[in-house]
Amino acid sequence: MTRKILIVDDSRLARMSVARALGTLRPDWTRIEAANAEEALALAARERPDIALLDFNMPGRDGLALAAELRALAPKMPLAVISANIQDEIAARAREVDAAFLPKPLTEQALGDFLSRIQPSPEAAAR
Amino acid sequence: MNLPRSIALDELELDALTELVNLGVGRAAASLRNMVEDQVLLSVPAVAIVTREQAAQIIGEREAGELVAVHQAFDGDISGRALLIFPETNSLELVRAVTGGQLPLEDIIELEQEALAETGNIILNACLATIANMLQRSLSISLPEILHGHGPDFFAMAHALAIENAVLFLYIDFSVKHRDIRGYIAMLMDLPALESLKALLGDLIRRTAGDIPRTHASS
Repeated sequence: MTRKILIVDDSRLARMSVARALGTLRPDWTRIEAANAEEALALAARERPDIALLDFNMPGRDGLALAAELRALAPKMPLAVISANIQDEIAARAREVDAAFLPKPLTEQALGDFLSRIQPSPEAAAR
Repeated sequence: MNLPRSIALDELELDALTELVNLGVGRAAASLRNMVEDQVLLSVPAVAIVTREQAAQIIGEREAGELVAVHQAFDGDISGRALLIFPETNSLELVRAVTGGQLPLEDIIELEQEALAETGNIILNACLATIANMLQRSLSISLPEILHGHGPDFFAMAHALAIENAVLFLYIDFSVKHRDIRGYIAMLMDLPALESLKALLGDLIRRTAGDIPRTHASS
């Protein structure tokens, strides 16, 4: 089933990297992108994504603050916070808003595992 | 500042560089967090091409007092210097934090230089190694050296030619949540290093976009 996925990162390179991995893993999914929390919230309200991947360290509101606001907007939406800053406190705050915590740079493997946890791939579902 | 076109970074290259530094410092913060057993807060990196004087001024505007820096030079396809800088008055507090807070003051004072060098070494290596890995290059990193002084003392360089006075300056503020410890991670690169950095950033962008295989071997 095709899904709409929101990618939020202030770095265009980081968004390209996630988009490329998604292109391999879930080529039929629709990707929408935002460069900060403000843009992401406006886009999420308009486009109603099914899943969101959020960078942690962004100017303005960080990925965890954004996760909490998206959570209020869409209580059941699967969220992942992506960060190279793998401090326990950040992972714990991600868990508090029921978001997965994925290390950056995001590998295809780690993204694939997250997507499989929230929704089995079409091949796996067909088996 | 007008730069030769060969070394000016375009928007995406600057974005890639900032992201690399973000990754590097993020890893470094996680290492520091484990050493001080307390959360480390980071700012978003600032990246700019400035003169050495401006770099010193940027730190000087934030910190008027005496500073301590752990300095390490890196060399390879790109070369430059990395510094972990904090106020002199935070120095013992940092040593106390990394040694677990059980030691008497005289032991902490005795350990100060060694503990600072080792802390700086772990943080700066985490940062530089992440950047080198992402660029698929290896960097050799010098032993840590402790400097005392003000911003200009850290950024001055003997025998600099006029063009070398311009540097790529990256810095990030950090603080330890429950302790009076704050500081900066700064990196300086001379303009000749920028040319190779620009090429390596271009490779990274192409790898990320998928134009060349990700298994592309480093030379």
